[in-house]
Amino acid sequence: MKFLKYLLAAGAKPLLAAVAAATLTAPAWAAAALIKAPTALQQADMSNKGDTAWMLVSTLLVLMMSIPGLALFYGGLVRTKNMLSVLMQVFMIVSIVAVIWCCWGYSEAFTGTGSPFPQLFGGLSKAMLMGVSASTYAATFSNNVYIPEYAYVVFQMTFACITPALIVGAFAERVKFSSLMVFVVLWMTVVYFPIAHMVWYFAGPDFLPDAKTDAGFLFNMGALDFAGGTVVHINAGIAGLVGCLMIGKRLGYGKEATPPHSLTMTMIGASLLWVGWFGFNAGSNLEANGVTATAFINTFVATAAAAVSWALIDQIVHGKPSMLGAASGAVAGLVAITPASGFAAPMTSILLGFIVSPVCFLFVTKVKAAFKYDDTLDVFGVHCIGGIIGALGTAIVAAPSLGGQGTIDYTVFPYAAIKPEAYDMVAQLITQAKAVGLTLAWSGIGSAILYFIVDKTMGLRPAEEAEREGLDITAHGERAYNY
Amino acid sequence: MVQSQSCRLNNRHSRDKRCIFNHSATVRVAPHKDDRHWHDLCNAITICEGPPLMKLVIAIIKPFKLDEVREALTAAGVQGMTVSEVKGFGRQKGQTEIYRGAEYTTNMVPKIKIEVVVGDDIVGQVVETIQQTAHTGSIGDGKIFVTDVASAVRIRTGETNETAL
Repeated sequence: MKFLKYLLAAGAKPLLAAVAAATLTAPAWAAAALIKAPTALQQADMSNKGDTAWMLVSTLLVLMMSIPGLALFYGGLVRTKNMLSVLMQVFMIVSIVAVIWCCWGYSEAFTGTGSPFPQLFGGLSKAMLMGVSASTYAATFSNNVYIPEYAYVVFQMTFACITPALIVGAFAERVKFSSLMVFVVLWMTVVYFPIAHMVWYFAGPDFLPDAKTDAGFLFNMGALDFAGGTVVHINAGIAGLVGCLMIGKRLGYGKEATPPHSLTMTMIGASLLWVGWFGFNAGSNLEANGVTATAFINTFVATAAAAVSWALIDQIVHGKPSMLGAASGAVAGLVAITPASGFAAPMTSILLGFIVSPVCFLFVTKVKAAFKYDDTLDVFGVHCIGGIIGALGTAIVAAPSLGGQGTIDYTVFPYAAIKPEAYDMVAQLITQAKAVGLTLAWSGIGSAILYFIVDKTMGLRPAEEAEREGLDITAHGERAYNY
Repeated sequence: MVQSQSCRLNNRHSRDKRCIFNHSATVRVAPHKDDRHWHDLCNAITICEGPPLMKLVIAIIKPFKLDEVREALTAAGVQGMTVSEVKGFGRQKGQTEIYRGAEYTTNMVPKIKIEVVVGDDIVGQVVETIQQTAHTGSIGDGKIFVTDVASAVRIRTGETNETAL
């Protein structure tokens, strides 16, 4: 019996490949072989060792982005006395979020039942990972292709881990550790899990045609976000801006010099982010196929282009291309290509990379100085602004007329690519803008309320003396460097 | 030499007091000139007659000139030196650093400080060697200072003054 199933599955695979390869509607004879709403047992035969292996490797890559990638990228930019506080904040956020992701995060983000507002956030049917086992499977973006649900849970977990870690850069060097940890738990529950649900949750291509509304609000609206431009970057970026405004400037801001203590660390961190981001973007395809390779090369070249354009701007404005500028440009490019990675073509990705750096440069140099907010490590200027450029740019680079992948209609079975001539760039741009607006509002307002609550109950800021002495000694009782 | 022997024998003499150069050994001040003294250190008895015969040369130079200066000094007969990384400013007035548009003017410029103690006989040559090898002609080349050295001791052997250099 099992052997027969294997034969059937093996026979179906070339057909699946044909479906994936043909960007237009699948031929009728292929549809016949596809199973609508397969059972868990059938899904087991629709999972592929290559896909599973790729997803687990991608998961590792995304974890590497947070620790040590992001931690070093941020850590190098603060002063010596606060190095460990940044490393520790990132390390603990990753650890705490991993735990709450299993407790209720996964369920809140990726279930469609048992919630009063199933379009905004999920229920608790999979809380404590109830019902998830080695023999349950998660849908991908192809009909009749599944991956083990644990692989999906852990892959999505790494995204949840890195997003709140991005925020800490905005108020680095001046936040109380315990309060930050409480804030992160609240923020994940109120802001991140719902937005992840709105953007990414859908019943899967084999189930959506029979339950057309079983998807998140922004997914239903048709917003494109391949790997988390809205969910991760705009979300964290605006939360960072609100945070740095509510916590206030560092003591001595604008009077004392606060140069980065180790741009070597920052360069290592940025490079680890770049490498890890292949798991983030290409992994977000949930399979290892042509679209995965598309996202992979797009991620590579957009980043390279953004690093080049930041170095050029540096050269033009300051007369010298700086290492920090190149690293910042690379991160801005990674942020911008994130939502577009699976939709763009390499050449349009390069264009997107070239455009994002000057805009971010403007924000971190001129806008920040003009409005005098102390966004310590430019979370808003790089992640939020870069994310917005990427989210809006996705509507343009996804256009089939520009070599983009176009969009796909998952409400029909089997799914069908929208005809190139039917792709409406303006309408898509408006949809993207709405998704950006909703994320800014939800995260901005939600974060403000949570900062307020934590500040009034626990206090967000360490004592003045502690801040002067440095958070490493005062909050963690150790020093980063004992020469 | 008679006096020095008496010093060893009578080191609890009523006129004994701490060496004016803060040596830990007991010294006895010579009766007629304050700058003539002898002291008992590790059983070696030394009489210091007149002004010291050693000089401390302190040179503040550009860091990348260190190797060149060291080689030239070795060739000139200098047997050792102490080097430290220091910061300071003179006419060079620091430099500007820019991090994501935030400009910091650092007043202090990194330099290398060389300290070398030499005998009076070669001090002129040492200063000249440093001046010539550390020279680039541009602002920030540094300075050389020379001061007297009262005494020197080689810790391993207890040899003193010029034999200790």
